[in-house]
Amino acid sequence: MSTMIPATDRKKAGTMSLMINGKKIKALKGMTVLEAALGASVYIPTLCYDPDLKPYGACRLCLVEIEGMRGIVSSCTTPAVDGMVIRTDTPMVNLARRAALELILVNHHGDCLTCTKNQRCELQKVAQYLGIEQENLDKLRKGTQILPVDKSHPAFDRDHNKCLLCGRCVQACEEIAAVGAIDLAFRGYATKVSTFGDKPIHDSICVSCGECISRCPTGALVPKHYIQPTDHVKTICPYCGVGCSIYLGIRGNEIVDVQGAKESPVNKGGLCVKGRYGLDFVNHQDRLTRPLIRKEGVPKNVSTTDIHQIFREADWNEVLDRMAQDIGLTIDRHGPDAIGLLSSAKCTNEDNYLFQKFARAVLHTNNVDHCARLCHASTVAAALAAFGDGAMSNSISDIDQAEVLFVIGSNTTECHPIIGRRIKRAIKNNGAKLIVADPRRIELCDMAEIHLDHFPGTDVALLNGMMRQIVEENLHDQTFIAKRCEEFEPFLESLNGYDLKTVDAITGVAGEKIRQSGLLFGKAKKAIVLYGMGITQHTTGTDNVKAIANLLMLTGNLGRKGTGFSPLRGQNNVQGACDMGALPVVYPGYQRVDHPGVREKFEKAWGKNLNEKPGITITEMVQAAYEGQLKALYVMGENPMLSEPDLNHVREALARLELLIVQDIFLTETAQMADVILPATSFAEKDGTFTNTERRVQRVRKAIDPPGEARPDWEIIAEISKRLGYPMDYQSSAEIMDEIARLTPIYGGINHDRLGRGGLQWPCWDKKHTGTPILHKGQFTRGRGKFHVVLDRPPAELPTFAYPILLTTGRILEHWHTGSMSHRSHVLETLAPESRVEINPVDASRLGIVEGDVISLSSCRGAIQTKVKKTHRVRPGQAFMAFHWKEAPANRLTNPAFDLQAKIPEFKVSSVKAILTVLERAVEDNKFLTALAENPAGVLASYDLTPEHRKALVDGDIASLEKWVGPLEERLQMWLKVRLKQENISEK
Amino acid sequence: MEQAIYEELAVESRLEIEGLFNEIGKEFKGRADELIPMLQRVQRALGFLPEQALLEIARLTRLSTARVFGTATFYAQFRFQPVGRNVIRVCRGTACHVKGSDRILEDIKGHLQVAPGQMTRDGLFTIETVACFGSCALAPIMVVNDSVYGSLKRSRALKLLDEIRVREEGLLM
Ligand code: SF4
Ligand code: SF4
Ligand code: SF4
Ligand code: FES
Ligand code: FES
Repeated sequence: MSTMIPATDRKKAGTMSLMINGKKIKALKGMTVLEAALGASVYIPTLCYDPDLKPYGACRLCLVEIEGMRGIVSSCTTPAVDGMVIRTDTPMVNLARRAALELILVNHHGDCLTCTKNQRCELQKVAQYLGIEQENLDKLRKGTQILPVDKSHPAFDRDHNKCLLCGRCVQACEEIAAVGAIDLAFRGYATKVSTFGDKPIHDSICVSCGECISRCPTGALVPKHYIQPTDHVKTICPYCGVGCSIYLGIRGNEIVDVQGAKESPVNKGGLCVKGRYGLDFVNHQDRLTRPLIRKEGVPKNVSTTDIHQIFREADWNEVLDRMAQDIGLTIDRHGPDAIGLLSSAKCTNEDNYLFQKFARAVLHTNNVDHCARLCHASTVAAALAAFGDGAMSNSISDIDQAEVLFVIGSNTTECHPIIGRRIKRAIKNNGAKLIVADPRRIELCDMAEIHLDHFPGTDVALLNGMMRQIVEENLHDQTFIAKRCEEFEPFLESLNGYDLKTVDAITGVAGEKIRQSGLLFGKAKKAIVLYGMGITQHTTGTDNVKAIANLLMLTGNLGRKGTGFSPLRGQNNVQGACDMGALPVVYPGYQRVDHPGVREKFEKAWGKNLNEKPGITITEMVQAAYEGQLKALYVMGENPMLSEPDLNHVREALARLELLIVQDIFLTETAQMADVILPATSFAEKDGTFTNTERRVQRVRKAIDPPGEARPDWEIIAEISKRLGYPMDYQSSAEIMDEIARLTPIYGGINHDRLGRGGLQWPCWDKKHTGTPILHKGQFTRGRGKFHVVLDRPPAELPTFAYPILLTTGRILEHWHTGSMSHRSHVLETLAPESRVEINPVDASRLGIVEGDVISLSSCRGAIQTKVKKTHRVRPGQAFMAFHWKEAPANRLTNPAFDLQAKIPEFKVSSVKAILTVLERAVEDNKFLTALAENPAGVLASYDLTPEHRKALVDGDIASLEKWVGPLEERLQMWLKVRLKQENISEK
Repeated sequence: MEQAIYEELAVESRLEIEGLFNEIGKEFKGRADELIPMLQRVQRALGFLPEQALLEIARLTRLSTARVFGTATFYAQFRFQPVGRNVIRVCRGTACHVKGSDRILEDIKGHLQVAPGQMTRDGLFTIETVACFGSCALAPIMVVNDSVYGSLKRSRALKLLDEIRVREEGLLM
């Protein structure tokens, strides 16, 4: 056996023995000579070798002598063979190595002492080992040109003068990040690592993941501000639901470095820009450090942002006493269901568990919910109904095994970057085929076999259309359906209405493309559907998810490796917050509150009578507050003032509350309306667990001390609870987890000490159970998988004459939700400093809008101003905007209409109109200009104009127009000219 | 190699590129190993490799844009700027340098208002520099298209250019 075998497959291949420097060693078959030597702790100098990358053989330092082979060979590219006799440290070998090193060093410019990499540089290490003659260097050194350092990126610098051309960065970008932003370019002495067109890295397609930076052996690629950490703490990234494991590098009480954990099965050392460069918010000066109380008489709707005018600092005892008193009063006056609690998908499982326990056992209400309502409530509802479990069925690593990946309603490379790159690698390396269904031309479309750009809100029709094709071609898995599912017949019949012509008309996608995707998906032996908020955030959200469930059951793609149902959960711990029962209808582990047996169990465990009435959801709480039935709201780590739809309505609702308590790490937009603010700890300052999108419960560890008097969320909850007469005496979060395990069968075997290396995937029934990577093996959680009849329905709001543009909302790579964290990260904020609405160039030119213009977007609920980005990513007639900016809150526009089953609002479809902001300002007091703006040609027809005015309009004669309507801003003049020319107004 | 940083393309050349790629799409299968033939095909059609064309090739071959750029810049045969009808090459070798070729180059740059590797706005000239022509005895050397001018004086260099212009356009700058 003389070929190299990828590390993952080696265990099966067996072992072999080699002689290295006269010592006999064992190695796994398929290893290279270098790997065998390193495995036996024999040092061989290397510069281009990286265990995560394919062998490249560029630096020629890893040379060795092998008996029977002529000359010396590079050990990193030579497969080891049983019985080989290798010498790694002979004079000849070292001579050749030194020659190779000297060639590298003569082209290496820079002063080691001032270099960020000093003492961590692999070149220094190798030079020390081999010893270098200055004389030789002087002989070789030619006056090479010093190249300018590329400082365009906020997180790192690129200094070509220190580059060895080892190619590790290029390979990392291609093989690990799957981006391909850089490559070796030019030739001879001019060879260098270059972006496309040799532009600064900031202007390239680089996604700032930092994989290249962490692998450069020298100071050529270095972080901008490097401080050497003195401590490393392993924990979990607090941003998205992928749940990457990280090592926080700590110096003093600050996070100064972040590295991905190589041993993590989730990210294998990789990170995205948020995880690697976005954690400085933890040490931001804006952190809340003391409890705050609203000053007497300051109204809720004050416009000032000067917090000292609104709040006064207080000490913990005063605040906690007062809260307990106010809550008690509310309950006495209005009953427990006049209180609502918003738990947090950013907080730990332990925090969430305690929060819902506080609601249920102490306050006697089930009115507890969290932002899963706004993202995956429809997933939970639909998947519980179809399969009996509301979570992702398989593991992230299953992506590597699938033949077909169907990504629908998920911009994975931006919203779940580490999963996104896994998809790209599966396509590149394993030949997986990709189908993308998304109204926008997202990045993944470039690698897709088929892109279905259906109209927003037509997912059911699209999926039904595909399924009908599958059935027509007899590609459905009849055995699976017969053995494992039920209610197939009515479902089958329901597909009758979805012939290609009908579906084409509804979705706007050519029938042939739908047919092709049906065939591709239907023929695959192993296929996965990955989806995100493009599926769930609709008034038909639950139906959309049911249609996906139907597709998977129809094709038998469940319960096996490489298949599965993959809702990509948004927040770092949204899965956990659901699991912990931060939902109005269930206790931890999805045990229903209206089930008497279950309730009895919890009553016994908590020693309190519990309310049997299911609680209300976030969306309903807002409405109840607006109508005056809900009097108090306790918000832990959520920001409804930016995340809810129809913000103007939310603001009014929150203003009507008698008591608003906000517990957070920053003064969020919601906190600004609070009566009491409690400073909590960030992920880096507490212990606990997060559960990621693949149901993996992972350990979060305290790395630094909280700022000022901030306290862990669970401790705050316990303190209030005590004051309300229900002591919660936990010594640690681990103790809370033990209680969770006792009461929650799916977490039965979870315990902090068991989560060491890679965490555990629930269900984990007992302390011996090793977790469940794949659900629904052999049988569904609910027994048989249930097909549902789902028929398409249009979205609640459709474009109209007055609001002609269809707006969808979402996220971008560099920011996170309402941005209270990511806007406080220097790198993230520098990379994406302001909001931009994406519109198609066709619409832009119709509206006379150019790149970078500020426009007003309005729906019938409100208006915002934002800059414009012209792009073919969105279709004409559509616009896309992220909801991260308080200056331009997209959710002021969105429609609160919600899915009746899951109560999830339709964030993905609202109708808006767009107008240049200067124009809008100008037309405010000028009716004629308004008419002109909306319909220049119509003005000629409907206004009784003098011939003089008429001529001015036809000719686009601004000076005359100004005499008439008053002075016009410069941008406005330009706009008018373009607009008048476009309309092709002429005297008829 | 001069830096290949692109300027915004004019609309008509964009249309030209679109047309070209309609044909290329039919001629090639879109495999990664067709990269170099594709680059050659584009250069034959357009005389150089505009940014838009490299992006299109990346899309067709599914290679990264950086890989396409890296490969293209590795080969001397490819150009990244449009070429003028007359290519002026000035030698920068040691012998020519000593004899003042740098001043000649400066003069020409000033006269034509372009940097080496670039084409004049009117499409008449492209200037390039060369390491050594191997005719050091005749230093300083300038080559206009296929004609070699040795032992060149500064004043003569500019005159040569003007002569070409007069020949092609019938007028003086
Ligand atoms: S930061 Fe990431 S995307 Fe950017 S060049 Fe490096 S590896 Fe590539
Ligand atoms: S920048 Fe660093 S990693 Fe990239 S080729 Fe140069 S030395 Fe190697
Ligand atoms: S992919 Fe998600 S979990 Fe991983 S580093 Fe990025 S934001 Fe953090
Ligand atoms: S490590 Fe083997 S050639 Fe660089
Ligand atoms: S230096 Fe100019 S020809 Fe040799």
